[in-house]
Amino acid sequence: MLTKFDKALLNLLQTGLPLAPQPYKVMGEQLGVDEDTVLASLRRLKALGYIRRMGAFFDSARLGYVSTLVAVRVAPQCLPAVAAAINAQPGVTHNYEREGDYNLWFAVTAPSQEAIEQMLQGIRELEGVEKLINLPATRRFKVSVEFNLQ
Amino acid sequence: MLEALDKRIIAALQDDLPITPRPYREIAERVGVGEREIIERLRRYRQQGYLRKMGAVLRHREVGFFANALCAWRIPPDKIAEAGEKMSSCSAVTHCYARETHSDWPYNLYVMLHAQTREECRAQAAELARITGYDDYIMLFSTKEWKKSNVRYFQEGEEEI
Repeated sequence: MLTKFDKALLNLLQTGLPLAPQPYKVMGEQLGVDEDTVLASLRRLKALGYIRRMGAFFDSARLGYVSTLVAVRVAPQCLPAVAAAINAQPGVTHNYEREGDYNLWFAVTAPSQEAIEQMLQGIRELEGVEKLINLPATRRFKVSVEFNLQ
Repeated sequence: MLEALDKRIIAALQDDLPITPRPYREIAERVGVGEREIIERLRRYRQQGYLRKMGAVLRHREVGFFANALCAWRIPPDKIAEAGEKMSSCSAVTHCYARETHSDWPYNLYVMLHAQTREECRAQAAELARITGYDDYIMLFSTKEWKKSNVRYFQEGEEEI
């Protein structure tokens, strides 16, 4: 169970870690505890699996990478094999089975448009793939994965 | 412009930041530069928009957000900007993108919704419909997570960009 302090720490951590030599000490000052308390709590919360990733999140487009969302209609009996083949491709970050006409949705980030096209062609040819549509973004309005814990 | 050193720094930051008193110094040692240099460059990356965030992303199920839906909307093309901005202002929305359409797939605006239950996700989508005035949408609830990971930039062996 998360304590009130854990929640306050995780909420603060989601908004950002200070870019200062002792970031955990600065966070402790903001929360009214010492640095050791912050370090111990973070290690525990990480070990318990609450933190998916803690570190730098870069803007892939600014770094020159291309990303897209892809919807695939797969014959249900082929789903595990197709999902595994997609996961094995470099740059696939998310791959979810979803309800609906297109039942597999994945996101991929790659160094070039050509790399993405080539990969998608390979997936179209997999057994059980009935249709694949590429849905590149035309505009990004928001990316902010923060959960307010109360 | 990013120099070779920037790419090495960014590549070294693909793993989690150490939970130790001087985490940036550890990264700096791996890259072979000073702690101050790393911190200054990180500040610059943030100012220039390369770095979206230095912080944490939580495992949503573990912190109680069990339901997630990709919600796809059909918005008149000239109203996308207005609708996208309104939807983005809602805290339940973690991602909001306008995307290309296809002949059998007319949806052009996508949001990710997270909540404790599917019912709550549905209520959030209904609220977005109310504030934007558009109610042609579908909710694609996830039934299985096959993969969730992070991009790794500037890795060895990758084509030069």
